[in-house]
Formats: sequence, structure tokens, C-alpha cells
Amino acid sequence: MLAIDPSKKLSFQRLISNGDLVIVYERHDNMKAIKVCDKAELQNRFGVFKHSDWIGKPFGSRVLSNKGGFVYLLAPTPELWTLVLSHRTQILYIADISFVVMYLEIVPGCVVLESGTGSGSLTTSLARAVAPTGHVYTFDFHEQRAAAAKEDFEKTGVSGMITVGVRDIQGQGFPEEFCGMADSVFLDLPQPWLAMPSAAKMLKQDAVLCSFSPCIEQVQRSCETLKKDFTDIRTFEVLLRTYEIKEGSLDCGKISNSGSPQSRPCKRKQSSSRSSNGTDKSSAPTVIVKPCSEAKGHTGYLTFARLKCL
Amino acid sequence: MSSVTAQHGSIQNQNPRITWKDCSVLLDINDGDRLVFARLSDGSTVKIGNNKCSLRPLIGCPFGSLFQVETGPKGAYLSRVVAMSEDDNREEKGQLKDEVKDNRNIVDSNCAQNLSGEDIDEMKRQGATGEQIIEALIANSSTFEKKTLFSQEKYKLRKQKKYAPKILLRRPFARSICEAYFKKHPDRIGFLRVDVLSLLLSLANVTTSSDIVVLDMVGGILTGAVAERLGGTGSVCNTYFGTTPYSMDIVRMFNFNDKICHSILRSPISDICSAWSNNSEHPKNQENALDSACQLDGEKVLPHTEFDSTCDSLHVPEVEMIQEEACSIPIATGESLALSADGVPGPVPISMDESDAFPTIKACKSMKFGKKATPETINSWKANGFSSLVIAAQELDPWSAVQELLPLLSYSAPFAIYHQYLQPLASCMHNLQVAKMAVGLQITEPWLREYQVLPSRTHPHMQMNSFGGYILSGIKVCSGESQNTD
Repeated sequence: MLAIDPSKKLSFQRLISNGDLVIVYERHDNMKAIKVCDKAELQNRFGVFKHSDWIGKPFGSRVLSNKGGFVYLLAPTPELWTLVLSHRTQILYIADISFVVMYLEIVPGCVVLESGTGSGSLTTSLARAVAPTGHVYTFDFHEQRAAAAKEDFEKTGVSGMITVGVRDIQGQGFPEEFCGMADSVFLDLPQPWLAMPSAAKMLKQDAVLCSFSPCIEQVQRSCETLKKDFTDIRTFEVLLRTYEIKEGSLDCGKISNSGSPQSRPCKRKQSSSRSSNGTDKSSAPTVIVKPCSEAKGHTGYLTFARLKCL
Repeated sequence: MSSVTAQHGSIQNQNPRITWKDCSVLLDINDGDRLVFARLSDGSTVKIGNNKCSLRPLIGCPFGSLFQVETGPKGAYLSRVVAMSEDDNREEKGQLKDEVKDNRNIVDSNCAQNLSGEDIDEMKRQGATGEQIIEALIANSSTFEKKTLFSQEKYKLRKQKKYAPKILLRRPFARSICEAYFKKHPDRIGFLRVDVLSLLLSLANVTTSSDIVVLDMVGGILTGAVAERLGGTGSVCNTYFGTTPYSMDIVRMFNFNDKICHSILRSPISDICSAWSNNSEHPKNQENALDSACQLDGEKVLPHTEFDSTCDSLHVPEVEMIQEEACSIPIATGESLALSADGVPGPVPISMDESDAFPTIKACKSMKFGKKATPETINSWKANGFSSLVIAAQELDPWSAVQELLPLLSYSAPFAIYHQYLQPLASCMHNLQVAKMAVGLQITEPWLREYQVLPSRTHPHMQMNSFGGYILSGIKVCSGESQNTD
């Protein structure tokens, strides 16, 4: 996923080969991560796709099934991975992830601590940001979940940048060996305030902590705790509104025969279909756009704080 | 994990946390009331109130340090304040919940303060500190005791800002630079809000060893943010239509080391496109035909004439449209143009001193970023294709820009386009869909709200920015050839 190994870098020369992870794209809301294996097949509603047909094609290619259906094969990115990973927990999405990475001031070479690991959605983006010389140490108290995340990181090729630990950060705090080592700490815990004193010890001076909490009561309590060692405490909510577009020629209401403004609905329909043939120049087809009616109304509050400089 | 120290010890110098001579800093005066970019040197100063203070005491201090103005025998100087613990006044704040005071007895008669301006001046002459003046003001305020604890706090804060200004030393990062500009001069960065900038970087998968082409008409904040993420690996190609590069002055504010500076290159679109169409190793001939269309500027800027012969003047109407767009900038937005018009090609330093808010950045040594891409570099871009594309160009039509730039990307490369207006992005998205040039197309509008979190007084901020622009994102696909072969 990341171009740490130059041979894996996306380029005109980079062709899909056996063992590569590809994102099979059917539609924007239907994607799947698949490891290419020359003997395997993918079956979906479009038919049967042989992996062997994919090998040697560039990423981004459109490939056909036995029935003539098609899918696109995309190179994985952290954004695509977030859309296809298996949800073992509630995950962070792109708006929160992007904001967190920027606000934590993460640049290549940084050391980042994270708890919990969850499904590893954020972790993958953290790894992208610290690459190639930095490292993400991520902790989850759930042993199987940590193991599953580790497997995912190997699959997506970011495991070199990530160390997964099994540890109850709320109960035990971060391991002492990270004292004063961390450039950033990210907490996604039910009672983040329990981990904050330890997080303060891990951070370098002036380094930033972020805590993600869905509930305002958690935020309230976290901010009270943060006041002790932190400054510049700020809480945000970040959301995305998506838009859908359509090619549509809107009826002006008076196009029909001899410009009568009171033409009946059936006539309007006629005239609008005629105009879409391109013969009627009074209403050329235009692209119209509106917000999608369904959206995430809330994910969580992001609280950032900077370790006081003594 | 036991060898963390050894493993990451060498990283310190890449991400320094202590200032040095000639380093660029962001001074946050009174909690964001004023934001000043400055370069620390023996001679640099900052004006606070009526005092001109040397920035010399800031050299060698950790970022995050707090300073205040003190008066010594040689006049006002900046002195470091050691952060005090909040513990001492926590107790009384706890009582807030049960407080019954309100503003029924506060009359706005403007005679609550018994201390006159002359009295305060006299105190100052006698060498009173800011804190002492504030205490005197409180003691002489007839209404202070009647105020709620909360408004007492606000009163103190107001007086502190006036009589004991605090200067916070901050690291100039994409985050802080973007926020500073957005707060004080949003027009200079095309109203690009920090969450929107962060999304552009994610959507374009900006990561180590990538070659990223940017069309940055937002003063260089985009180029700088991309370069910061690359950390000196890979390259940022800051491209432009026509012969005059767009300004990227803001890159100066970042503390980039030489390696990162060298990774920031400039190249006019015409140079890149002509290289692309020069010999067609890669199979996208129909795209190349489109590329050569951008061989527009009558005067050929190309030093390497070998490329010129292959450039037919196809698609002339399209070319003219782009040129027109570029020309219309001066008329449309006079102010934001001031930057682009000043844009000097190449690494020549430009003084940024035109405004009060960001005064003290003087180009102290020649900057090494923004060198012109060599033909070798362009050829290597051509061989591999760019890893992604980011556009933030208010004055350009996205579809025109995409037609020129998308063919330069590798297959499966993501792209992200920021624009203040929805309709041009919608048309662009539609055209990309129809031409089957990209998948995963999406227009999003980010929304950011900040909260005040205080005991029993938590609510969203009363004032917020309600519009951050739109982003069109997608992934380039291999059109054409795979259908033909199958």
C-alpha cells in the first residue's frame, strides 16, 4: 500500500502480479479487497472473474468476467482500505482520520502511540504519515482483535511501520519505555481520562494528544483531566456532506407549442424528452447537483491538547 | 520495543522541538489575537503594544514556551514565563455549579472603574508589572465583586491581554500555518480551511516516495503541506499554466531542511506535456494528443527545443479557453492576485512584509525550494506517471485543468480538487464519468465545528466558519485499452 519498497510504487510500469492486494471496485459503495492468486476466481453478480486474467495488467484496469460483466482493479490506499476492512469495532472514517493526522502534527519520522487499535482504520493512515522512518505503536486489550489487526497490517504491507501490543492502557498506562518518546498520542477509549496521566508522561514537550469520544460526557471529563498537564485544549466535530449529480434538463414550463405557459403536464413531458435529443436548444442538458439525503450526523468529538512546556 | 531510544534517537533533527538561529516561528500573541510569522535572528524584532522587542531571547527555547513583556533598564524585553500549574485555582472553580449570582445588579454606566488612565500611566512609570496593574484595576472596580466567577475570569483575561500580553512560541506546521492564514488572511490561501487541507492530503494519498503534481494557486500552503508529508522523499511538482509560476511564498514559513526544499520543484504544464507527448512509450496515445493541446503560450518557453516539433496545435479552442481563464484572474480577484502577480519564478526570495499581521519574515538566505525541474526529472515523472494530483485553483476551471493533468497520472492514482464553487466541480465530475476516466468519484463538503468545553457551560462556539469549500475526489482508471484487448 505504501511505496516503502520502490518496486511496489504505483507507476506505469507497475503491473498486477501474483500475491498483490487489489481493491475490486464494482461501484463506489461496493468494493472488496482481494489477494491475487493465479488459481483463484472471484464470483459476483457480474459473473466469474479469473485472477489469472488480472496478472500483468496495470492497476486501474477494467477486467471482464465470463459473462462480459466488468470490475475495476485498484491499488489499495488507506482510504480504500477504510472502506473495505472488516469491522471488528466501530471505526474512524476519512474526515476524522485526516483531521487527526494533521492536528497531531504528524510528519515522517514521528513516533505515535495509539490505543485502542480496534479495526486498524486510523492506524493504517498513521503509518502512512510517519513513513518511512517513523513508527506507530498501537495497543488493544483484546488479544484476538490485536492479532487480527496485525494480520491486516501484514496484508496491506504496512506492518513494518506498526507494532501491535496487547495491553490495557486505561488500567496500566503506556509502557514506561516510551516515556518522553512520543510525538503524538491518540486515544479512542471508553474512559480516556484514565489513560491521560500516562499519555502526558509519554509525550515530548509541546507534543499533541488527541482523544476521540462519541459522547459529550466523556469529553467533559477528559477536558477536566487534561487541564493538569496540557494546554491549548480544543474540541471539534468534523463531518462530511456528500453531493450527488445528475444530468438533467429542467423544464422551463413554457417550452411547448407556441409558448403557451399553461401547457398540461403530459405536454411538458413530451417537450422535455424532445429537448434531450438535442433538437430543442432552449433547454440544453445541464448537470445539476444536490446533497445526498443520508449522511453520518455524528461520529465523535475530537479533543486535542498540547503538553505544557515546562 | 526496548530499544526505542536508540531506534528513534536520530529522528530528533528531522522534527526539531527547540528553536535555532534563523528558524521560522509562529508567534501567537494573546491567544490568537495576533499571529506573527518571524525568523529568529539577532536583529529581528516584534512590536507588542508600543514596544519593539528583540526576538533574540527566543533562540534556543523549546517550541511551546510562553513569553511576556518585561521592562528593564534598556527598555522592554521578552522574558520566558514558566507555565504554572492550574491546580491552585481549581478549587474555587468547583463552586461554579451552585452559583446564584447573575447580572441583575450590573448597570452599564461606564463609571465602574475608579482608576483613570493617568493613574495607570503613573503606575507604569513607577515600574509596576502588568499583574500589579490588573490587581489595581480589580481593586478599583466597583462591579467586579458582583460579577459571576465566570465573568470575573473574562474580565481578568481582557485586562491581561491589554496590560500583560503573552507571546506563545509555536512551530510552523501545515496545521498552524493554515490556521493562521485562515484566521487573518483567508483570501491568500483561497479560503482553504485546515480540515479541508487535511482531507486533500488524505484523498490524494500523499505519502513517502510519491511524486505528486499540484496546481497550487493558494499561495503555496498546498505545496508546503504536501512537501511536509513527503518529508524529503519523492517530489512535489508545482505546475502552472502559462509562463509565470504561481506564488508559493508560504513554503517559506515552514522550517524545511535542504532535503525537503530540494523535493519541491516547479515546471510549467507545457514542459511536462511536451515531454509526455515527445515519444509515446506508454500506450495512451489518445491522451497524449490531448496533452499536446496545452502547448499554448505563443512564445515557447522551452529551452529543450527537441520537444517542440512534436507538438501540434490541436484542440485550439480548448487552449484558448484555458488561457482566457488564466487571464481573467486579475479582474476577478484583485487581492488574491497580488500574491500571484508578485510571484517571481525560481528560488528568488520575496519579502512578505506587506501586511501588519505577518511582518517579520525576511528572506534571510536564499531559499532552495521551487527550482525548475530538469529534463531528467521530467522524464522520470513521465516514465512512472505521477502518484497523485491535487488542485486548489480558484481561478481555473477544474475540468480544463483535469484534462491537462489527469493524463500525467499513473493508473489507479487518486486525485483531489478543491474549489469554492460547486457547479464547476459537478460539471467536471460529470465529464469524468462520461469519459470513463475515473472511478470512486465523489463531491464532498467538509464541515467543522469547535466546542467550548467547561463545567456546566459546554456548547458549540457561538461563531463558526460555515463554509469550507468543496472537494472532488476520485481515482484515475485505465480507460480504453483494456476493453480493446479483451
